[in-house]
Amino acid sequence: MIKMKDLTDKEYLYGHKACPGCGMGIVGRLATKVLGEKTIIALPASCMSTVTTQYPQMNYSVPSMTMAFPGTGAVLSGMSAGLKSLGVKDVNVIGFAGDGGTADIGIQALSGAVERGDDFIYVCYDNEAYMNTGIQRSGMTPYGATTTTTPSGTASIGEKHFKKNMFEIMIAHRIPYAATACSSYTTDFMNKIEKAKNIKGPAYIHVMAPCPTGWGFPSELTVEIGKMIVECGLWYLAEYENGKVKMNLVPKTLKPVKDYLMAQKRFKHLKDEDIKAIEEHRDSEWELIRENWMK
Amino acid sequence: MSKPQIVKYKMPESQKDMPLGPSSEAGVIIEPNAGWRVMKPIIDNSKCVMCLKCWILCPDGVIDREKGTLEIDYNFCKGCGICSYECPQKAITMVKEGKQYD
Repeated sequence: MIKMKDLTDKEYLYGHKACPGCGMGIVGRLATKVLGEKTIIALPASCMSTVTTQYPQMNYSVPSMTMAFPGTGAVLSGMSAGLKSLGVKDVNVIGFAGDGGTADIGIQALSGAVERGDDFIYVCYDNEAYMNTGIQRSGMTPYGATTTTTPSGTASIGEKHFKKNMFEIMIAHRIPYAATACSSYTTDFMNKIEKAKNIKGPAYIHVMAPCPTGWGFPSELTVEIGKMIVECGLWYLAEYENGKVKMNLVPKTLKPVKDYLMAQKRFKHLKDEDIKAIEEHRDSEWELIRENWMK
Repeated sequence: MSKPQIVKYKMPESQKDMPLGPSSEAGVIIEPNAGWRVMKPIIDNSKCVMCLKCWILCPDGVIDREKGTLEIDYNFCKGCGICSYECPQKAITMVKEGKQYD
């Protein structure tokens, strides 16, 4: 268990150029705080690499490598194999990829790396679209969201598909450790990073990172929106270990999704029947969760 | 200080000054982010109970706890307001940057 007083005062991610109130900023900062100085970071094309490696400014104080969009899994594999052949054992290898870089473009390399069982941590920070290039839809964009490639209007309600479930895809690989987290639940997230650090073999953490710019809410509400999405049941905190899924937080009653949706500009156009459709989808998802993981 | 400091960067004047290869030193900051800020957070240390909620939630890590009281590094604070919104004691107020008009 991580305690606040044991955390280092050293900032390994500092002075980056992310938008004010960025959820990903919290993720990158806390993850490197837990892992410490002996860490190598892999960054595919994503918000994280864009805001931290603007030459000559390098905001990570630990070694990081920027590579092509689909290569996160392959590069993590290579780093881990390189360290193994050098006989280095106390260095953590971590990759930060966005939701598009994980679920759409990078899924093949990630799947291969997990299958090979190399020792690394893969963090997918999920801001539900390609935010870095200007809010284009990705496989993780939720139903009804307006993005620049799925604009809402008279003929369309925005994104027409529900979110892909990367957590279950990773469970299907029988990965040693997989977890979902949220940037607002910092203790939970840091504990998961700590667990992933100590586990031999691949670990996958899918963390929800609210994006004020892309989702359309004031920057001070980042943490509040992150709490709302877990409380209304559109996101859950769970971890998979030793063949079992453990739910870390189960709200007693799920709050109505309307409050969460209406707090953001990307869902403002939704009518009551669309909100009902989202609520029905959420209920069916939770029925599956209760049936499969909570018995 | 446990944070990287701003260093002066000399622009390359000829090709000879350009770096060789695609790698460069880690932990180098050459400019502050202070110009982004519209609202400035100010901590009232008499109200602060050191729960460190703002310290852990700051996306930029600009709040310093090393001296026993909380201090904000205004060179890198972008004024997002998360600290002020999340503070349970309401010890952080946001004031407008620049000249104040009454």
